[in-house]
Amino acid sequence: MAIQLEFLKSILYFSGLGPAELEAIGRLVFEKTADRAEIVLLEGELAENLYFVASGVVKVFKTSAEGKEQILSIVRPGESFNDVAIFDGGPNPASARAMGPVILCGMKRNDMEAILRDHPQLALNVIKVLARRVRHLVSLVEDLSFKHVISRVARILLEHIGGEMSRGPRLTQQEMAAMAGTAREVVGRSLKALEEEGAIKLDRHRIVITDKEALRRTMELSS
Amino acid sequence: MAEMPVIRSDKCDGCGLCVGVCHLDALAIVNNVVTIVETVECDWCTDCEAVCPTGAISCPFEIIMQES
Repeated sequence: MAIQLEFLKSILYFSGLGPAELEAIGRLVFEKTADRAEIVLLEGELAENLYFVASGVVKVFKTSAEGKEQILSIVRPGESFNDVAIFDGGPNPASARAMGPVILCGMKRNDMEAILRDHPQLALNVIKVLARRVRHLVSLVEDLSFKHVISRVARILLEHIGGEMSRGPRLTQQEMAAMAGTAREVVGRSLKALEEEGAIKLDRHRIVITDKEALRRTMELSS
Repeated sequence: MAEMPVIRSDKCDGCGLCVGVCHLDALAIVNNVVTIVETVECDWCTDCEAVCPTGAISCPFEIIMQES
């Protein structure tokens, strides 16, 4: 219980509550553990619980019919996931997978509603959490719908090829994202798409350009 | 020696999230800072870079042309 109270104190949802109130909330929280790669939530299933990550990291993602994955967020300790489904009563909007061993604190939908009724001041905290989530997703929607990110990634790769005489600069996905004006998650997906097109091959720490012309054509798609 | 992620120990706060997500156990926290386990070969999944909240660990790619 002591660890749980310390943890609850660190969660934005419960910010501003005193020890007695946190203790009462702590009694409604249950612990759930998951191993690496274990699915914690499945998209489309009935949402029953809200989760807070106590330790480890969880990846929230959508999967297309072809099996392509788009990461929506990476949830670190103190952060929550499945908030939307808990509050709108719909199914889980995305799946969640443990990226390593994780410990989660779960709360049933009905219990969360009761807490908000008993502590209406917490509604502002919840609004802040949801507003941040909406801001992040709006930015991701912009990247995925309006920007030809794949073209920009193709350009970045072509502009940073190392030669036999001189090694080119080594770039992280984070750096490519900053150059392309997008999120790291979108760069990861672009690299996978370029690999599927046969333009590049990801070979551990190397991006091998296997079809320079195909990469150039993709680059020219940008308007 | 195989290529391994690059660690900026001055930025590492020892949270250990990278250690938890590394599926090859190639990372460890020593003296509150992430360290490479040199006996393990990294497969460059880049999950450690993705989860690091301080940007202390990175997996840079070299971009090369395929040899013809």
